[in-house]
Amino acid sequence: MAGITVQRAGPGITLQDRGRAGYLAQGLSRGGAADLLALAEGAALLGQDDTCAAIEVAGSFVTLQVSDPVRIALTGAPMRARCDGAALAWNASHMLPAGATVDLAGSAGGYSYVHFGGGIDADVTLGARSAHLAAGLGRMLVDGDSLTTGPDNGTRVGQTFTPLPRFDGGTLRLVQTPQTRLFARAELARFQDTTFCKDARGNRMGQRLVCDGAGFGLDAGLNILSETIVPGDVQITGDGAPFVLLAECQTTGGYPRIGTVLPCDLPRLVQAPQGAALKFAFVDLEQAVALERAEGARRAGLRGGLRPMIRDPHDMADLLAYQLISGVTRGDDLERGT
Amino acid sequence: MTDMTDMTDMGDAEADLPSIKAIGVDGVLVSFGAQLSEAANRAALAFRAAIEAEDMPAVLETATSLTSTYVRFDLAGADHAQLRDKLAAMLGRRDWYQAPLPQGRRLWHVPAVFGTDLAPQLDDAAQLAGLSASDAITAICAQPLRVQTIGFAPGQPYLGELPPEWDIPRQTNLTPRVPEGALAVAIRQMVLFSVSTPTGWRHVGQTALRLFQPDRPDPFVLRPGDEVLFKPVTRAEYENIRQRDDAGGAVSEKLV
Repeated sequence: MAGITVQRAGPGITLQDRGRAGYLAQGLSRGGAADLLALAEGAALLGQDDTCAAIEVAGSFVTLQVSDPVRIALTGAPMRARCDGAALAWNASHMLPAGATVDLAGSAGGYSYVHFGGGIDADVTLGARSAHLAAGLGRMLVDGDSLTTGPDNGTRVGQTFTPLPRFDGGTLRLVQTPQTRLFARAELARFQDTTFCKDARGNRMGQRLVCDGAGFGLDAGLNILSETIVPGDVQITGDGAPFVLLAECQTTGGYPRIGTVLPCDLPRLVQAPQGAALKFAFVDLEQAVALERAEGARRAGLRGGLRPMIRDPHDMADLLAYQLISGVTRGDDLERGT
Repeated sequence: MTDMTDMTDMGDAEADLPSIKAIGVDGVLVSFGAQLSEAANRAALAFRAAIEAEDMPAVLETATSLTSTYVRFDLAGADHAQLRDKLAAMLGRRDWYQAPLPQGRRLWHVPAVFGTDLAPQLDDAAQLAGLSASDAITAICAQPLRVQTIGFAPGQPYLGELPPEWDIPRQTNLTPRVPEGALAVAIRQMVLFSVSTPTGWRHVGQTALRLFQPDRPDPFVLRPGDEVLFKPVTRAEYENIRQRDDAGGAVSEKLV
């Protein structure tokens, strides 16, 4: 177990885990990591359960100091990561020596994650450690905060993998909602032909998208009775701009929803940098279920896709300082890595 | 891109009710009404209770909104066709619109300040309802309002139904922020806000009630089916309650 001191925190830094499922009937959305895939990737790198809490950095910066040797993994939107000045590879696991300072900066937007061996041992409220800012659960981390890691049963570090590409925009697949058919067919076609990008206004509750040309809407000012909504729902609000609901969304809503983004495609949305092109494409429900099941199976097998980091010769000093001296590598990393 | 003409016909808002429709990839919505009615609201609550009682292994979560029941299920353990068949069979078991209200309902007496700078839109809302401010307060406090659903924010009730003159629209422009405990009105309903939020509903009253208290064993104060009777208090009484009572002066009694 190790202490973590937050030396410097930009905005939007929170503890996140898989969130709180099961409170929809009480008006509390699940919340949890904006990019659940990145959470699973970090857990795979550290060989631990994906219920562990990690630090989520929303397009910001953070400096952390650890009191004791601790394993970390870095996933999600790539950042410039340094440990006491030496570069740390992204999408990889590392051993930090006691007293090390990790500095993360240079985010292009999206959500980045710092995972710790044993997870972060914060208080559990309603079954989770994650902050749900919209519900007033937890808060953003600030300078001077202290955290503690849980007991770490693993030892393996120096692992990496190739992440699912999702950091450059692309196509978001949707299924229909009960209101999709209320939109004119031509409007639905235009929706799928339009290139969108993220509005600067976006947070863990939802992301507004903007496009050139007219917004979208229903022919008649239909009054839709408020009903249950889910993350991924694409609301068409008064101004015609699509608003995609995310982890901390409200639980009911009365705006017409043109479609629902597949959960397996939400990481692509939340990780798209400002200005990246995003498009929508409807798939039928059977196809969506198959895609979702396949992604579930892929995530369950993430550990099988790990490989030892191949080290660049100029990183050797870093390797000697932080891997061998801390005594936790297999001892043959140099051989296996070259 | 999928040609929309090839897509499964999802029906429209006028389809026969109750209806079963997919929501997202792993959810189903059973709808009992395209408009709010007391019977459809009762049906949705009773149907949710029935699904919970079935204890189906593939069902991960259920919830209700005003007139519909939502079911989220495990894609690894079931598919849409199976769940739809099961729910259709359950719908056929009885006339859900005749179902009774949930068991264990309570009547809550909740002190509220109406008007003043704490709830600045009382006059505005009263005028839209064609009432004087004092008649508006009397009308709102004349009868218990039922919790039709909890939603939008944690523990937040939609209360109704007010008399027809309260069928007033939401504002076009949002109020940037109402505080926790704010009581707001539109479309014959009232919302009691559990978190500070922007809203299009008109802020007519202010309570000291904290509807979501995550650190308590029972974090959500109100349940669907409960009733709430507002009691007008002066600003001084309200401030006094707020200082001394974490429960906002609310007291409950069992309804039979």
